[in-house]
Formats: sequence, structure tokens, C-alpha cells
Amino acid sequence: MTVVLEPHSSQSAEAELGPKRVVGAGLQKTLNELSRPGRATAKVPHPPVDALDRIPAGQRRAEPVGLPELNEPEVIRHFVNLSQLNYSVDTGFYPLGSCTMKYNPKINEWVARLPGYAALHPLAPDAVAQGSLELLWNLEQWLMEISGMKAVTLQPAAGAQGELTGILMIRAYHQSRGDTERVEVIVPDSSHGTNPATASMAGFKTVTVRSTAEGQIDLDALRGALGPRTAAVMLTNPSTLGLFEQRIEEVLEAVHAAGALAYMDGANMNAILGKFKPGEAGFDVMHFNTHKTFSTPHGGGGPGAGPVAVGDKLAPFLPWPRVIREGEAFRLERAAERPSSIGRVRSYQGSVGVLVRAYAYLLAHGGPGLVGVSEDAVLNANYLRKRLADTFEMPFDQVSKHEFVASATQIKKRTGVRMLDIAKRLIDYGFHPPTIYFPLTVDECMLVEPTETESVETLDAFADALIQIVAEAQSEPELLHDAPHDSPVRRLDEATAARQPDLRWQPMTGVEPVCPQ
Amino acid sequence: MQVPDDLRYTPDHEWLRVEGDEAVFGITAYAADQLGDVVFVELPAPGASLEAAQSFGVIESVKTASDLYAPAAGEVVAVNEALGEKPELVNDDPYGDGWMVRIKLADAAAAKADGDRLMDADAYRKIVEAG
Amino acid sequence: MTYGPHTPGDRQRMLGALGLDSVDGLFSDIPSAVRAKGLGLPSGLDELSLARHLEGLSRRNRVDLVSFLGAGAYRHHIPATVDQILSRGEFYTAYTPYQPEISQGTLQTIYEYQSLIAELTGLDVVSASHYDGAAATAEAALMTIRQTRRDRVLVSRAVHRHFVDTTRTYFEGGRLELDELPTLADGTTDLAALEHELASTERPVAGVILGQPNAFGVLEPMAQAARLAHAAGALFVAVVEPVSLAVLAPPGEYGADIAVGEGQPLGIPLQYGGPYLGLLAARSDLVRQVPGRLVGRTTDVDGRRAYVMTLRAREQDIRRDKAASNICTNQALCALAATVYVATLGPHGLRDVAAGGAARAKQLEDALASIGVQRAHSAPYLNEFAVRVPGAAKVHAALVERGYVAGLPLADWYPDDPGLKDALLLAATEVTTDDDINGFTATLREVLA
Repeated sequence: MTVVLEPHSSQSAEAELGPKRVVGAGLQKTLNELSRPGRATAKVPHPPVDALDRIPAGQRRAEPVGLPELNEPEVIRHFVNLSQLNYSVDTGFYPLGSCTMKYNPKINEWVARLPGYAALHPLAPDAVAQGSLELLWNLEQWLMEISGMKAVTLQPAAGAQGELTGILMIRAYHQSRGDTERVEVIVPDSSHGTNPATASMAGFKTVTVRSTAEGQIDLDALRGALGPRTAAVMLTNPSTLGLFEQRIEEVLEAVHAAGALAYMDGANMNAILGKFKPGEAGFDVMHFNTHKTFSTPHGGGGPGAGPVAVGDKLAPFLPWPRVIREGEAFRLERAAERPSSIGRVRSYQGSVGVLVRAYAYLLAHGGPGLVGVSEDAVLNANYLRKRLADTFEMPFDQVSKHEFVASATQIKKRTGVRMLDIAKRLIDYGFHPPTIYFPLTVDECMLVEPTETESVETLDAFADALIQIVAEAQSEPELLHDAPHDSPVRRLDEATAARQPDLRWQPMTGVEPVCPQ
Repeated sequence: MQVPDDLRYTPDHEWLRVEGDEAVFGITAYAADQLGDVVFVELPAPGASLEAAQSFGVIESVKTASDLYAPAAGEVVAVNEALGEKPELVNDDPYGDGWMVRIKLADAAAAKADGDRLMDADAYRKIVEAG
Repeated sequence: MTYGPHTPGDRQRMLGALGLDSVDGLFSDIPSAVRAKGLGLPSGLDELSLARHLEGLSRRNRVDLVSFLGAGAYRHHIPATVDQILSRGEFYTAYTPYQPEISQGTLQTIYEYQSLIAELTGLDVVSASHYDGAAATAEAALMTIRQTRRDRVLVSRAVHRHFVDTTRTYFEGGRLELDELPTLADGTTDLAALEHELASTERPVAGVILGQPNAFGVLEPMAQAARLAHAAGALFVAVVEPVSLAVLAPPGEYGADIAVGEGQPLGIPLQYGGPYLGLLAARSDLVRQVPGRLVGRTTDVDGRRAYVMTLRAREQDIRRDKAASNICTNQALCALAATVYVATLGPHGLRDVAAGGAARAKQLEDALASIGVQRAHSAPYLNEFAVRVPGAAKVHAALVERGYVAGLPLADWYPDDPGLKDALLLAATEVTTDDDINGFTATLREVLA
């Protein structure tokens, strides 16, 4: 049942400009509003009535749980209609910088759902899990080759957990050498928020060093910050500005000369596959984001997987259990086999279902295909940057990698229109906005990442839209201030959402059900 | 942007009103405007003792969070409990109902003198104008 | 096989626009000393070859065995609705809903998820989800530390081993203390020991963590443990299994301040360990301590109902080193699976799943008793219990040969506990059949003889 809560008219100006409705259905009621007592579609057998008699009354639920009651067709219609309120890679261009919204190949979904993978219990004895163990072991080998590292753990559930794993290993490494004074982690000012948050979580103090006007880490500032208290330097390379750290050799030399270790945030690895191997260059540890580099679906915010690759120094500290190969057979490591491990960072073997998809992606591309992924990702970013160079300021005058920063400082001065308004207006044109106001080091910025799976026609259409929007900023700025106009909802009252949080529907348990209308 | 003449200011955009051996402080209209819609203010407990320039709490708007720094040293006598229910008072009336903390000054004379941190309205206006 | 659209002509034209004649010009910023020369990996596969290869590999996993494995991950019937919805590209190929105007689908489903878990747990604030039950437990432990400003947590040894181990890893960084509470012979946590530890004035306790059901499958005296914790100024954390909450008392009722758990049983395939779903629910006054994303309901400028990620200023991308946690992602798609699963089953269906497992487990217990195999603990259980079998490890291996997975040998989790040396932890769910139970019992009797 589609319920449009309130009709809304589209603005007359839009027809000429050619914006299009990007997402379809009207707003939906909640499951509890749709609920009618007694509605259901039987899915499992009824157990015998006395099934719970042996459980003491005090430990049983006193009154039935108040969950919504719907039949199957209603459930499907509810969620399908909700899905149509979403913008997605499958429906359009999604140039969200730093997030890598590339196409998610469908064969990967098919593979992950094969019963052999999907139905395998996480504590299945090694003898019955040889297929998955082999797959995981092979995936580790591929990631070692790509990273130039010596060992890999697939356990971390996401990039941020990979960071925590890496930093805890660095901590264990220093402690194993009796080097207990290293209490600081250095990050550049353009870093992802997870880097300093991870350092804090691992018990370190964060020291931030600035970037140069050219968007590179300030080597002098870094040297000044490095010392006997430095445990690690966390660098994203290419950086969050989409730039390769050109003095990376000197950076790594300085880090190691200070007795610290070098962590590479591999969020942007998709730009440099086969072009730069962090382990060979001298990084000690890095994480991958499988959803960024290896096309595993973002899922509306997760799940991800954050494999961590390390060099020889950190290998003894990897989380257990690792996958061990013995001849043609595979098994999981036992705790006692690596006493220096930092321990577990999550339950079982990790997000194996995500890793299966990543492995399928790797096999489909092969070595040459993966190099091509990075080449096309970088080509697309630079082409789009060139197309927009006369419209926006480009604060960094050099070739970018897979994404680039553009700024609307002058446009704001001229018209009062902010990057936020431009981004929201893009929605009217049928595009997902790029990331805005990140990195924090560039004013009025957007971070644009087209990815390698977009055609030149799409890139041209997107550039044309942005050029037209900037023209609108001059002629009809209010059109941008009010944008978007034709999305399922318009700009939201986020202040009330935060001041009086409404985080759940009204309780149903113990409350007489109220049927709307 | 409103900068009342009778208040003292810090470069971190807090204001201070000295009342005998006590003082009241909050954040300036400029700071509230920069933050946008304030949604949460974390304040110290009465009785806590604050050092000048010490972080005493956090203020959150929809999209950002900032530390709050004490303009002067002293013991917390009262905090503005109304901000718990209505954090928007910081936006609506930063120098009045949006006040944050009342302290008993450790050194009332120091709070009135221009020092490293405290300045008068004219000096603060120059900071705001410089952006 | 690649998914890029560019023809050689496209590339030429684009390079031409950039004034380049080869793609190498785009990588000239990588210093030559560290520039890699490609990847030493095989060529790519076409889709048919890829499908054949990975299907072949999947067949090396034996998922045809009759399994009584549980220990935190349970096989259930997943209604067909769940995967149909999960396969919608609009859901699984969308990003985190940072642009609420075009993300209402994801946002509303997370709000619905928060509401459903709130109903099940009896606690009002539910995070948009964590990585898994282990991460949720670790985050809950850290919440108790932030809230009470104490630095010691007590966890029952009968909480899922991986959850305890993960919490210990998370605690490493902060130099926090995690102490384990012993269990009694009946399988429940030793509350006298809890009371003793809570009485320590030098080492005040921030939080107490117990499982319901616990890692031995038995039901704990949660209300009593909560009262003891509160009397000492500590918070009480319940580690729960969500399906069981259709029939067991909700944590909010017995005094839990926080409930966490593994959400996998709510419509998520086993997948050899993940991706799963970390449940975390808390009392509403703890909302600012809850790490990770939260979705709230509000209105748009036209007054229409709308949903948005809220209380964002707690999170790492804004607070950076002062954030409560470094968590960035949530398990949105897994939370969607749980939401569709619960919506499809409804309250009666979910109760049938929980009660069905309980009935099958009792049937299994009785069948095993008939061949002289007895429970290892005496306290009541729901759908999982341990039995003692002489030479458990060998018996377990012999049964695998004969097509049965006899649950989890508890010695794998408690290698130093002689009392559990011969214990097997067995789970039943609504998918367990008469044939499974009868075949297993008969085969076990053969192996033991």
C-alpha cells in the first residue's frame, strides 16, 4: 500500500532545466502503522503447546512481544516501495569522493549465495570447510601480491576495525621490544576521522601535522613531530585530496629513522593497483576496504570487510586464527600456536560472505584487469577534473589520482551559493552529489570520484549539469538554496531530530494497538 | 554581529560577565552563528573547579562539535540546566538565557584585567571582523 | 573480465583532452623508485569460467552434514522474502544515507530496525548496528566505562568466548581491566563471586556482563545479577540471542542497562562467520554513550515525515580523536535482513521459531538420555545444552565421518577446564527434524559402542 502522505507540486522552472525525478515511490507508513492483529503468513511449523513449560516462569516473557503483524504481500510491497526512495549505483551516477561507488558485479552476488558458502557454519570442523579455507588462503595470497606485504589477516569486519587491528599490532610490536614510551600517533590534517579515532581507541594520543598548500604532507612539520614518543604515522596514500604523496620515500625514511612504524590507510588503493605496492615501498602495515577497492556492495552503510596486510615486523602479532596451509589441506590456527597475537578482533573468521565477493572480483579481473581498473579510475577522474576546471577552482595544480577536490569559494563570494546548495541541486538533475566539506582542509570543497565503471557519456552529462547549475547560481540562486525540489522529501529539520531524538516508533509491547484511520 | 560592550571576551569566542566575586560565561553570538543549530551542551558539575583556558565541556550542533574553554579560573557555582531541554537558547539568546556556567572567581582582579586571553568588546570585534 | 565501459577510442579521446598520449602520464607523480611494474597475478576469467571455478570450490565445503552446531550462530529457515528484498539494487548498491533526500529507503528501514529491536529488548535506544555480537559486546563494555568513569568490567566466563576475547583485545589499548567470573556446576554464573568482586573498593566495577542464554546454553539469574551490579553502582549488560527474546523476558524488564547480541539468527545466512549483525540497545538516558550511527524521525521543510541520521556530532568523522568509538560503518544490509525477517514472521511466527527450537532441543535431550548420554549442566536451557561424552574430541571426529556434526567440543573454548574436557555443546532449531535426532542418536550409540 503506497501512501503519499502529502502531495507536492514540482516547481515550474524545472521543466525547462531538465531535472528528472530520481527516485520513485511516495513516502511509506511504518510497519507498526500497517500492522493489523491476526495478519500473518505461516513460515515455520507450530511447535507443541508445551514446548516452553520447562522454562521457569520468571525467565519467560510475561506478555507476547509487540511486533507488527503483516501478511507477505504487504511486507514485500512495503520494502520494495521503500527501496524506490533510495538512490543507488544501480540507478545512477554516484560520484561520492572517498567512498568509491563503483558498479557491484552481479556474479559476485550469485557466488556468495551458493549454498556451499552461504550455509557453512562458522564453527564447522576444518575437514568440512576446505572450500572456504582454500578461498580465504588464496585471497590472502592475492592481497599480499597487491600490497607487497608478507602476511594478511582477513578477520577485521571493516576498514575502521582494520585500522584498530593495525594500530594494536604496532602497540604490541613496540611493547615486545620494551619500547613503552611511544604514546603518540601522527596523522595529517586531511586524514579520515577514523584515523585519530582509532588512535584514541588504541590508547594513543593523536598528533596532527598540516599539509602543504600543494596538498602534500609537510615534511618539515612531520620531522618536527616525530620523536621517541612516536609509535606510528598513519597516512592515506593517495591522500584524501586524491593526490599521491610524492615525497613518500623521504616520509618513510623519516618515520623509520625515528623508530616509528608506518601505517597506510588503504582506502584509496583502487587508484594504484599494480602501480604502487605499499609493502615494497616501506610501509609496515595497511588495510584494504573491500567495498572501495574490490567492488563489494556498500549495502546502504555496510557490511564491509577490512583485511590488514603486514610486513615481517608485525606478522607475529596478527589476530588469530589465521588460515594455515599444510600440503593440499587447510586449517584454522589454534590460539596456542601464536602466543604473541593481539587476539581476536571479532567473532569467527570475519565477514567471509563479503570476502567471497571480493575474491570473485579479483579472479574476474586478474592481474592485468586490476591494473586497468586503476588506470581507468584515474583517467575518469582527470577527465572530469579537466571538464570542470573552468567552472570551479581546482586548488591543486597536478594530476590527480582516482578523485579530485574542487572548490566553490569564488562562486560563494560571487553569488552567495554554497557548495551544499550546488550539491543539493545536483539531485534535481538526477545525480547523487559528490562528497562535500571533506577533506576539512579545503573551504567549500567537493570531492569527486567517478570510478572506472562510468562511461565518458555519463561523465560529460555530469559535467554539463554542474556547469549549468553554476550558471543558475548566478541567475537564480534561490533555485539552489531550496534544492532539491523533486526528491521524495526535501531539506530536513535536522536540529529537531537531534534536540528531541525520535529513535523508534511508539512501543507496541504492553500497549493496545492503535490502528491509524 | 552583536558584541555587548559590558562583557569580557576570549579569542575562543567565549564571553564573561564579572559580578562581584562571581562571573557568568557562555559563547558569543558569532560562535553560535558559526556552529549553526546547537543541539547539545555538555556542562561541568557544580562544585567542579576550572582553570582558565581549560576545556570544561562540549557543544554540539547538527554537523559539528567544539570544545568549550573556561574564560577564567574558579569553582562552578551553577550551570544553566535549561540548556539540557532547550539547547537552542544558545542560538536564540547567547548573552542572556543561553548562558552556560556561573563560577566563583579564583581571582576577581585577573578577570577584569586584559591579559593573554581576556579582552574587551572592541578588541573582540576586531577578531570577529578578521573572520 | 572487467566492468569498465571504455572502448580504445574513448580512452584516446579522453587522453587527448588531457593532452596525454598514454595513460602512463597519469601516474608520473609516483616516484620511479617506488613505482611498481604491474601485478604478478593470473589473467582474468570470463563469467562462465569464474562461476564454474567458484562453484567447484564451494562444493569442497560439506554443508550436507546434519549439524547440531550453534554456539552463537544458528541455522534457521529464512523466508524467501528476505533475499528478494536484499537483492534489490536500490538497497545493496546505495551508500550510507548522508543525503537524506534520496536515501529515505535506507533511513526508514534502519528506523524500523531500531524499533523492532527496541520491542524485542525492552530498551529504547538501538544503534543502527555494529559489526557483530563480539564488537557490540566490546562497545557495550566501553560504554559502561565511559558512563561510570571506572575502568574495570566483569564478564562471566560463560559469555561467548569470541565476544570475551574481542572485548579483551579492545581493552588492550585503554589499559582497562576485564576480569572473568566463574560458573557453578549447574552452568550458571557464580553470583557469590560476583558479589565479592563488586565489593572491592580499590577496583570499582563499571559493568557486569552475562549471557542469556549463556555460552553453555543455560538460563542465567539475570534479575539477581542486575540488582547486584546496580547496588555497586555498576551497569548491567545482557548478551542476548534475539530469537529467544520472543519467549524470554526482555532485558529491559530484568534491569539490563544495555543489551547486545549477535543478530545473525534474524534471517542472516551462516556464511562461515559473517557478515553478521551486532545488536546494541540501551536505556534512553545512555543515548549519548551509544557508539555508531542512529537514525531519527523528523520532518522536511514541507512538514512531511522524514528520517535522518542524527546525533551525528558524536561520531568519528566529526569528533575525530574525541569520538566515543572509531566505528564508521554499520551493517545496514544485515539490519535490513533482520527487519524483513521479523516483519515476515510477525510476533507469532518468531515465537514459533523460538519455541520450535526449544521443543526440538528437549526432544534431542530425551533421545540422548535414552542411550545414556547426560547433560553436563543442570540449570534450565532454551534450545542449546552441553552433554558429556567420554572422549568427546574423538567421538566428534568419528561422527563427522558418518555425516553428523556433534556441535562444538567445549574444550575448544575452555582448554584448561577439566570439567568441560568431554563436553559437547549441541543446538537445535526449528529446522531440526525427527530424522536428524533419531539418526544422530543411533549413530552416536554406534560410535560409543
